[in-house]
Amino acid sequence: MFLIHCPYCGELRDEQEYRCAGEAFIQRPGLDCTDEQWGDYVFNRTNPKGKVIEQWAHSAGCRKLFVVERNNVTNEIYAVRTFESYKEQA
Amino acid sequence: MKRLYKQAHERIDRSQIIHFHWQGAHYTGYAGDTLASALLANDVKLIGRSFKYGRQRGIMAAGVEEPNALVVLEPNSGYHLPNARATEVEIYPEMVAQPASGIPSINEDVRAWLKPLHRFMAAGFYYKTFMSPASWWPKYEEQLRKLAGFAPAPSQPDAETYDHYHRQTDVAVVGGGAAGLAAALAAANAGSTVLLLDERPQLGGELVVDAARDPEAAAWLARTRAALEAHAKVQILVRTTAYALHDFNLLLALERRQDHLPLGSRNPKLTRQRLHRIRAHKVILATGSHERPLMFANNDLPGVMLASAVSRYQYEYSVLCGSKPLVVGNNDSIYDVARDLVKAGTRPTVVDCRIGYDASDLTKLGVLVKQGYTVVKAEGRDSVERALIAKTAYSDTHGWVVGESPETVSCDLIACSGGFSPLVHLDCHTGSKPWFSTEHQAFMPACDKPHRYVAGSVNGQSNWQGAAAEGEYVGLLAAGQAANPVAAPKLLMVADFICPELGRDKIFLDMQNDVKASDLELAIRENYRSIEHIKRYTALGFGTDQGKTGNVNGIAVAAKIMQLPIAEVGTTTFRPMYTPVTMGVLAGSEVGLHSDPQRFTPMQASHMAQGAEFEVVGQWMRPWYFPQGSENLHQAVARECLAVRNSLGMMDASTLGKIDIQGPDAREFLARVYTNNWAKLAPGKCRYGLMCDENGMIIDDGVTACLSDTHFLMTTTTGGAARIYTHLETWLQTEWPDLEVYLTSVTDHWSTTGVVGPKARRLMEKLCKDVDFSAANFPFMDWREGTVCGIPARIMRISFSGELSYEINVQANYGRFLWDSVLEAGKAFNITPYGTETMHVLRAEKGYVIVGQDTDGSITPYDANMAWAVSLNKSYPFLGQRALTRSDTARAGRKQLVGLLTDEPDKVLNEGCQLVAETGSKAMIGHVTSSYFSPVLGRSIALAVVKGGLDLLGTKIYAKPLSYEVIPVTIVDSVFYDQAKEKSDGEI
Repeated sequence: MFLIHCPYCGELRDEQEYRCAGEAFIQRPGLDCTDEQWGDYVFNRTNPKGKVIEQWAHSAGCRKLFVVERNNVTNEIYAVRTFESYKEQA
Repeated sequence: MKRLYKQAHERIDRSQIIHFHWQGAHYTGYAGDTLASALLANDVKLIGRSFKYGRQRGIMAAGVEEPNALVVLEPNSGYHLPNARATEVEIYPEMVAQPASGIPSINEDVRAWLKPLHRFMAAGFYYKTFMSPASWWPKYEEQLRKLAGFAPAPSQPDAETYDHYHRQTDVAVVGGGAAGLAAALAAANAGSTVLLLDERPQLGGELVVDAARDPEAAAWLARTRAALEAHAKVQILVRTTAYALHDFNLLLALERRQDHLPLGSRNPKLTRQRLHRIRAHKVILATGSHERPLMFANNDLPGVMLASAVSRYQYEYSVLCGSKPLVVGNNDSIYDVARDLVKAGTRPTVVDCRIGYDASDLTKLGVLVKQGYTVVKAEGRDSVERALIAKTAYSDTHGWVVGESPETVSCDLIACSGGFSPLVHLDCHTGSKPWFSTEHQAFMPACDKPHRYVAGSVNGQSNWQGAAAEGEYVGLLAAGQAANPVAAPKLLMVADFICPELGRDKIFLDMQNDVKASDLELAIRENYRSIEHIKRYTALGFGTDQGKTGNVNGIAVAAKIMQLPIAEVGTTTFRPMYTPVTMGVLAGSEVGLHSDPQRFTPMQASHMAQGAEFEVVGQWMRPWYFPQGSENLHQAVARECLAVRNSLGMMDASTLGKIDIQGPDAREFLARVYTNNWAKLAPGKCRYGLMCDENGMIIDDGVTACLSDTHFLMTTTTGGAARIYTHLETWLQTEWPDLEVYLTSVTDHWSTTGVVGPKARRLMEKLCKDVDFSAANFPFMDWREGTVCGIPARIMRISFSGELSYEINVQANYGRFLWDSVLEAGKAFNITPYGTETMHVLRAEKGYVIVGQDTDGSITPYDANMAWAVSLNKSYPFLGQRALTRSDTARAGRKQLVGLLTDEPDKVLNEGCQLVAETGSKAMIGHVTSSYFSPVLGRSIALAVVKGGLDLLGTKIYAKPLSYEVIPVTIVDSVFYDQAKEKSDGEI
């Protein structure tokens, strides 16, 4: 059971308060994409072993979504960041 | 067996005699006894029958590791507890206990009669024997299940309650023995808050035995325990088993709060058991170790016990387990047990497979010490009467070899020790692998996760001084203080695993599952190599004890047979729970009405007064129908339907999900999440919206009202409210953070009364004077603000029935008043309240879909014949737009929503019924999604999805229900009633 630091609430809270909302930073293709590209976007995920970058929502808290970078083998959490922080970085 | 004279350190209270029942007979014990110690004191040797062979079994251990002594407590009552371990159960007055095994009883077991066949019943026997014919498998299973397993599940509802408790602490210490006590005190003295857990009724662990042997240990225990109990930073939980350790140091513990109390004096206001969810910054595992039995033939005979358990029964409960004991083992600990037995007045025989231990103190007292020997077989009819011992020899190449021609030693107790297995379970729950130490002849905890420490005998300490020193060291570390590492532990001198040659004799490894050394040999001969496979083929380590006493011996035997080092064989995976946990405590207080919240609209009391029947929709209790007199569902629905069609009905629509959408980009947001166009919707207007996922499939629908250019009120399906709200928030926050839109769930803030039927306008004109209800000035799909029955309201002219219909939305606290006022004023029109069933019939007559009933996640707007709700020329592609032109979604022959009429008008199809093109065909071309008898049409109607159905209007197909009937039906348009929409304006 993770303890996740909500970047909006500023507190380390129990995993039960959160909801994992899947892989982060999936690009939505435009209408002109091929069926294969659309199928990839809707259905296919990278599903790596090791470091994953996911969206999590503080569903029983502030209801904000943010990014969790973690290791799905060791369960280590590397970073919890807002989407804005990635934009600033880019 | 007998009770010794009173000893200073015993924990029984001889002033309190406890009467209890075992197997229908009456026994006595003392307060402080476990069921096991009380039965031993009463000389009850036979306590169970074995799982597969029905062999006689007695008590082997003194703690949670006990494999044999499973009992049923308080059978056939609300306190029924199956498969409790007698060694853990504290007796209370009038306790009713019986064995958990025995077919029909432990005195006579039918499985034991099959003894001549037992040698054929090795591992895999059932798989190999009951192979064919396959059609008999259910019969085999039914019969074999009767022969296997332990006590049946309780038949009565649980009379007691349970709860969950969330805790936080700086340091959690698991285990109240020497190491745990020292660690807790050191950490607390260094300023940390400490939570100390122990599964036994009082602190001390195995240290209580040392305390009885050594006054210094007794003084240390008393001093440390007193200091902890008085310490402001320390909380102590006894009778509490830490059964799982998860990531980020989430420790789960089961506290038995009232199990030890007589049924009559349990406090019904307190829970029986409590689950503690403990978040600890640091966890110290001082879990100790369990002794392993020694392997020899008939080592399951009653009277064969773990050596350390014999000492515990002697010191804690003053029970002497045998008057003619034999102590046998491969390590130094057996000599301490022999000295204890001498103190108790017996003259034990000591058998040590090794040579060299200085036992002169014992031999001086006349104790026979046989070094270089081991027990090869126990003999006796109902319990141990003799042991056969034989010479041993050790070589580095072959390990232990046991000689021929054994000698016979007469005895009534074999106290055996095959070394100690550290309780690495909790450390392994988060994925750590234990490592095999040849020095300790044991699997040791890896302890490789952050914020975790191990101390004491779980880490290889063999005496209490070493355990206490190591406990203090990790206690200081956990509290963040510098500490000097402890000196290397004094090793318990323990020899390699010893197992006599495998012959016809039964050498048991796992007593609970009747797994013998020869079963492992067979499994390996059949080429099972991984210990995980060997476990599953033989059942080694299954059951309620999860192989606490048998696993490591089994691994050693497997290693010997495969000629591999034990480290290479490894262990099976340790998973939670450490010991069995009641289902009740896992559920906690979330049972009955608390298992799922029930939601009620503000009108609930009124509905109940009207005698409504309810159905659960999402978590809402919605009126299903309003029976009058002795009406059944169909009679009530027929009356309600006709009232709405011909005059006036009313319904509670408060449960629809409502989302308030505000912000400068609200209109653009709606255009992106709905398939249809929102650009031109003016304030005062409403629009029906259809929502798809990115795969182009319908996920929700509902009416949205434009309150102002930057303010909309969306409704969702009743069951979809939370899901859709989350869906919208996710898109807003992740894909469209540039849109300035704010969503608020207002489902509970508004209540909605629908006034439906041709006379609806007449009633509304009576109730509301400040709105012009004329068809010209208040057209369909408009909303108005007004005052209804004196209450500010939003009135929406929308319809889910095809009739003239006004939905009156008021602030929720006025909901009941408004409902009752409408009901009263409507009496002039014979207004009829109706429920969800009538609503379903009315909407089906008009061909309106219900998302989740007529759609199932595979239906696009085109499949639902709702192309009119799809706008493909919006500036930003809506969710799912691209998917609608995928090769599969655009192909011909997809299932499409159509109406069905049965040839026989009275025949109502079953929902879900399969549809075929020809009477004899088995190829399904669709299925029925909704089906009702329509009172206004006087015949049955159905909605269905049929492959290419929209091109097949007028075609005859066939419905095939499960009854082998074939029902001819005709495909028709899905609008059955008022196709010309003449009724929507009601009575002018």
